[in-house]
Amino acid sequence: MSAFAITFYMGSALMLIFAIMSVTSRKLLRAAIYLLFVLIGVAVFYLVSDYMFLAAVQIVVYMGGIVVLIIFSILLTSHLGEKLQVVKPVTFVIAALVSLIGAGIALSVISAHTFNPVAADGPETTVAVIGTQLLSYGKYGYVLPFEVISILLLAAMVAAIAIAKREKKPES
Amino acid sequence: MYDFKSLTDSIHTSLSAGLSPIMVTIIEFVIIAFAFMILFTLLGLILVYAERKICAFFQLRLGPMRVGKWGMAQTAADAVKLIFKEPLVTKNADKFLFNLAPFIIILSTFLALGAMPFAKGLHALDFDIGVLYLTAVSSIGVIGILIAGWSSDNKYSLIGAMRSGAQVVSYELSVGLSLLTVVVLAGSLQFSEIIASQEAGWWIFRGHIPALIAFVIFMIAGTAETTRGPFDLPEAESELTAGFHTEYSGLKFAFFFLAEFVNMFIIAGIGATVFLGGWMPFHIGNWEGFNRVMDFIPPLFWFFGKVTFLIFLMMWFKWTFPRLRIDQLLRLEWKYLLPINLVNILVMAFIVLKGWQF
Repeated sequence: MSAFAITFYMGSALMLIFAIMSVTSRKLLRAAIYLLFVLIGVAVFYLVSDYMFLAAVQIVVYMGGIVVLIIFSILLTSHLGEKLQVVKPVTFVIAALVSLIGAGIALSVISAHTFNPVAADGPETTVAVIGTQLLSYGKYGYVLPFEVISILLLAAMVAAIAIAKREKKPES
Repeated sequence: MYDFKSLTDSIHTSLSAGLSPIMVTIIEFVIIAFAFMILFTLLGLILVYAERKICAFFQLRLGPMRVGKWGMAQTAADAVKLIFKEPLVTKNADKFLFNLAPFIIILSTFLALGAMPFAKGLHALDFDIGVLYLTAVSSIGVIGILIAGWSSDNKYSLIGAMRSGAQVVSYELSVGLSLLTVVVLAGSLQFSEIIASQEAGWWIFRGHIPALIAFVIFMIAGTAETTRGPFDLPEAESELTAGFHTEYSGLKFAFFFLAEFVNMFIIAGIGATVFLGGWMPFHIGNWEGFNRVMDFIPPLFWFFGKVTFLIFLMMWFKWTFPRLRIDQLLRLEWKYLLPINLVNILVMAFIVLKGWQF
């Protein structure tokens, strides 16, 4: 077995365990930390597949951004020793069914898809290539989605500021 | 001259001779991990001693003088004391998270240390995404601070953790943007290429005033990101006893303490690499003779010399300025550093487009 295969299977097993622990844990912050481990696992997969840029972005966005935000909001809203309620059996069964159906759909789509083997070295994925492609308007260029997303983010930021700065109504 | 590549290559070929590739990789991992652990410990011992002596110098004291000549063995003695201390845990603490927090912090420090270019060829991780990787892994550390503060069941710890969250997340932006200013100049994110691009002179001299502004912003924001004074709000000892690590003792406290000092080394190391040429000797344009003479000084000496200078600068900061208030801290970042930084990066892009850099 190659080093890649060992990393892949061990990483997948750990990720699955942590994902289950994350949804079953009754302590909110622990669930967030298990989620963090799952996200680290995704970054490791990108790393062993030589997608360095994607791995770094995964760490920056999910660990440095989203998980920190989640932890921050948990710190503000809950206190130590607080335990979440055990869900009702009916809810549990429904949730398990829905997630099983979701997994089934994903698996059937993946197994129906035929993967074309790529050349051994694969396409080049250096930052320079990604950067030029992101801002190119030629074939396979991504400049339009890039600009659309930036406008969307700008709108979100303006909206957030508008909500935060809303004038308080004088109390009558 | 002084290329470590031949050394690392010879180790690699001699290992590959009799072993399978997987074993070679594992053994190399172990060697590198061992080297970094030794470096980590040494850095901790030396920097703590330096900090205490420099602090004493600024306060007209002598500092530690009892253990060893000029108190040189003081930090080693302190380390032994910390190892034998009882690891206390508060009664209602979340044990799992409480024990996990120091490891997350130390993990982020180790990962960042791996990308440090010490000399030509002496470089554990030379990624194509160098600078991005560094900012990515150093952002994990704040998670450790947050869960350390929350899980210790202490109001001071929690306040410290909340402050650190606000502080580190905002100052990360300035660190990233000021590094980007030089990335625009160098045209690469890879550390080895950033250093190679400074062969004709360090960017701080060749990049006109924008590079200088970026350097000043980087040093301020970097100091804030390591939560050292004057930005040590998360552990402000006069208001919060010790902030997020109040409840930690023994080795776990030592981890937080070590991580802080090694983080300072990392910030100084990045600053030295990106702005002051890393291990690249002091070169001036095409003065062949002068450059040749400078090349005789080994790169390790250049790197550690620059890092020592920047660390001294950071300690000077700490013992000179009073601590900021949280609102002043956030105003400094969002109302001054960030706008200056954004304008600065535009000016730099313009300079590079026009080809005005030296």
